[in-house]
Amino acid sequence: MTIKRPDGRKPNELRKMVAKVGIIPNADGSALFAFGDTIAIAAVYGPRKLHPQHMQDPATSVLRCNYDLLSFSVEDRKKPGPSRRSSEISKVAGWALEPVIDLEAFPNTVIDVQIYILQADAGTRTAGINAASMALAHAGIPMKDLVCSLAVGKLDKDFVVDLTKEEEDFEEGEGATDFALAKLANSDEFSLLQLDGKIRPNEVTEILVLASEACREIYEVQKKALKEAVVQQ
Amino acid sequence: MEISNVTKEYMARLFSEGKRFDGRGLFDLRDIEISLDVSNKAEGSARVKIGKTEVIVGVKLGIDTPYPDSPDKGNLMCTGELLPLASPKFESGPPGFRAIELGRLIDRAIRESGMVDLSKLVIKEGEKVWVIYVDIYPINDDGNLIDAASIGAVIALKNAKMPALDENNIIDYSSRKGSLPLSKETFPIAFSFYKLGDAIILDPTREEEEACETRITFGISKWNKHYMINSCQKAGEKILTKEELAKIMEILPKKFDEVNEKLKKLI
Repeated sequence: MTIKRPDGRKPNELRKMVAKVGIIPNADGSALFAFGDTIAIAAVYGPRKLHPQHMQDPATSVLRCNYDLLSFSVEDRKKPGPSRRSSEISKVAGWALEPVIDLEAFPNTVIDVQIYILQADAGTRTAGINAASMALAHAGIPMKDLVCSLAVGKLDKDFVVDLTKEEEDFEEGEGATDFALAKLANSDEFSLLQLDGKIRPNEVTEILVLASEACREIYEVQKKALKEAVVQQ
Repeated sequence: MEISNVTKEYMARLFSEGKRFDGRGLFDLRDIEISLDVSNKAEGSARVKIGKTEVIVGVKLGIDTPYPDSPDKGNLMCTGELLPLASPKFESGPPGFRAIELGRLIDRAIRESGMVDLSKLVIKEGEKVWVIYVDIYPINDDGNLIDAASIGAVIALKNAKMPALDENNIIDYSSRKGSLPLSKETFPIAFSFYKLGDAIILDPTREEEEACETRITFGISKWNKHYMINSCQKAGEKILTKEELAKIMEILPKKFDEVNEKLKKLI
């Protein structure tokens, strides 16, 4: 039996995406990315000199990524400041972005990526990575590809893309599964894989294919927003 | 000490030929040893050795208010602390990322597998519930701490006994009886695959772990007779291809069975 999605979407249908580039004038690069009611903004500062000096690496730039929720972005106010959850997501988001960036072009420097969530309805890390990927490109940092990210989930036994909070809390049958993925837009290479829930080992390939197809749509939205930003300038 | 580039390159070359410094195959695990009841103050505890890596896991029970979003469930808290005792690389102070990640990975593997029935840990709905604390302490880090900790956590939970409650709902630690509300069949084991160049290995020594560029950890269990992946996390700045992930999916259930058989013999 197929379970109907609460908002009537098809299993492989993403929420309405919004992408905007250049939203923070102070930053070297910035972007907004939204999946439906989940809105993420990202700013990139750098490459700039890394301080303290002993942390500098003469071989490469250092990518520093920070993710957090604004306190009012969730139902129960989130206490401001880093948590165990946000420090883990900061780290995995950095790992998701790093494979596309030519860090060796900027020795002794740091590239700071700041990701904040204005409004959370599940999929915040994936929206944040999409925004950050655009912000890095907007900052003019040499990249070999864009990174596209989304969550694949399960409603009982059916795979669906881009879960809402309501779907994430689904508890019937095999319960909720949330599989956050990021891939390089133009290759079958994955830079983020993070899962909670229940997935059979032989289902993983099917999920990767489903994610890849959805990532193509995300990529188009990202590219369009970046092109618009160039035209404006 | 950081691993030198020469060692790393040599190791990568060996891996590409399917060999390792200690003579193991790429997916061979080191010997596992297990002992129980490390501390009699803990409700349950276990010591796990994988090769020279040693981890102690203790389970304590306490009472607390439930989380607002789950008034009808007890709490589970897994914490990892990387004691400076266990490695020249660990420093005292507030938990760093590795310690946070260790606790969170074990937490997710256990929670999502459904091994612990949290709904049976309610004392008074919405007000008072049992909290299960699973605390992980590496004693000697020679690589693969996460996988060792997952085995330790599962065995310590199975080893644990519920403390008694007196008439005022205060815990009486002096008398313990009955196990925790655990599933009879389902329990998770974590497997961390490490990648160097194009080669993938399991159960790295610390030297191998330091040389590798990418890690992906899976928590896997058996649920209603099906293998289930309950948690997954990629770490490190490189990518994994679709083909590599497909290969890992073939190996994962076999390794789960292999370790499961070993554990049955050890306990």
